[in-house]
Amino acid sequence: MKWAMVGIIVAATTVGEVLQAKGMRHHGEIRFRAGRLHRVVAVLARNGYVIASIVAMAVSFFAYLELLTVSELSFAVPVTAVTYVFETVLAKYVLHERVSWVRWTGATLVICGVALVSL
Amino acid sequence: MTSESARLRWKTWICAAVVIFSNVSGNFFLKRGMPAELAGAAAYITVLFRPMVSLGVLLLILWLASRMALLSWADLSYVLPVTSIGYVLVAIAGRIWLHEEISNTRWCGIALIMAGVALVSAGTPPQTTKSPMEEGAHTVGTSR
Repeated sequence: MKWAMVGIIVAATTVGEVLQAKGMRHHGEIRFRAGRLHRVVAVLARNGYVIASIVAMAVSFFAYLELLTVSELSFAVPVTAVTYVFETVLAKYVLHERVSWVRWTGATLVICGVALVSL
Repeated sequence: MTSESARLRWKTWICAAVVIFSNVSGNFFLKRGMPAELAGAAAYITVLFRPMVSLGVLLLILWLASRMALLSWADLSYVLPVTSIGYVLVAIAGRIWLHEEISNTRWCGIALIMAGVALVSAGTPPQTTKSPMEEGAHTVGTSR
């Protein structure tokens, strides 16, 4: 039960956040100008990646609430930080970002730090 | 080009600050407002009308919107480590307002997160690839 929830959360978060990044990058840089933001919302509401990402993140959110009823926060937080690893790998191979060694090091430090903070 | 990258860096930091603040405060209000148990499906709806819970939900909507805006120009592999400073803020807020103890292990974790955030935010540019549409716009011309 516990590990099934972890699996659902990690898969849904990873897929959701990568799709969100993909959809938003496809849209291009949002420029904050008064009177134009409603048009941005209208365009994004028809962006398939964005819609799919919100569905996946909703699944992840409710699975996380479910996980919190059967486990401690000190288990839930570090175990879901695994998504950082998968997302950084997918950022390189699916989103074609240039993940330099500085970013790899930073991401690794953060993952170890999150694990220690929630112990 | 340098002023363009400086503009993007400033915009990234301001937007990242909104992402971090709305996430930490949204989760805080949600946790404070949530009752210990939700009995029945209707309770999931009525709980939304508690002031603390609605404030939390509004802040989390702001979090989703600001994160989407940030990802419209910044790399995912940049946004992930940089916004994780939220974990540090939660630990420090817990110490200040809830008088929670921070063990040596947790201080080590906080130091590691901050080192990771500093490394990525200062050591790498927020954007390494252009959006396909913006690249198209550049090749067509700058008629705007």
